[in-house]
Amino acid sequence: MDHPRRDALRRGGALSLLTLVAAAGWLPRGAAAAETWNKGAFETHSLDETMKALGGAPPVPSKDIVFFSTPDIAENGAVVPIGITSNVPKTEAIAILVEKNPNMLAAVFDVPAGTDASLSTRIKMGQTSNVFALVKADGRYYVNSKEIKVTLGGCGG
Amino acid sequence: MADPMKIRAHVVGDATEVKVLMSHEMETGQRKDAQGNTIPAWFIQNVKVMHDDKVVLAAQWGPAVAKNPFLSFKFKGGAKGDKVKITWVDNHNETRTDEATIA
Repeated sequence: MDHPRRDALRRGGALSLLTLVAAAGWLPRGAAAAETWNKGAFETHSLDETMKALGGAPPVPSKDIVFFSTPDIAENGAVVPIGITSNVPKTEAIAILVEKNPNMLAAVFDVPAGTDASLSTRIKMGQTSNVFALVKADGRYYVNSKEIKVTLGGCGG
Repeated sequence: MADPMKIRAHVVGDATEVKVLMSHEMETGQRKDAQGNTIPAWFIQNVKVMHDDKVVLAAQWGPAVAKNPFLSFKFKGGAKGDKVKITWVDNHNETRTDEATIA
């Protein structure tokens, strides 16, 4: 004997259970967005490793990447302003890397067409270090770096 | 629920300048509390800025972004009265979306 109606009911039940679970927040709401977080890249410790995780060739040094409103000496490593402008044509993404942080990669920004390849944010630095601005443009990678001194005493050193 | 973001968006020439200050602990996972236990990492992983239905900036962040993150950038287009919508998602899958009107 078959019970198509019962089957249908059971299926319906399973569906509504799923909906309930989702509504109750059991299913991660940001799952779709979280998938775009490149875990591997954020656990790297060197520029080479990061490039591998991002799937790119070693970057070419470029003077077309400029730091602005970025200090030479940061009195507080917990809040270091970083501004980066890329004058490389067709810039698609800008990443900030701190050489001596426990994990090198700090942030990656995707820059769609129509958005200026220029942005500023604030990062944390554990100690005096080189900061790399990595730019992806037209499928290729470019990099520039700047040393920022961190004075832990906070008295301006 | 996390505190709202402070968003300022205004027209500069042919572009719109967006400045946003988010309210988030951005715990690195490196620090230890008084008992010597590691404080688990808690930080914003994804940020998305929308103008109309278009993504004007998308970001992936690690814990090295400073506490109460600040972000500033410009995009072409955008008129006074348009909305800019910003969403973040952290590693606990908490999320917050705020909207601002371009001035």
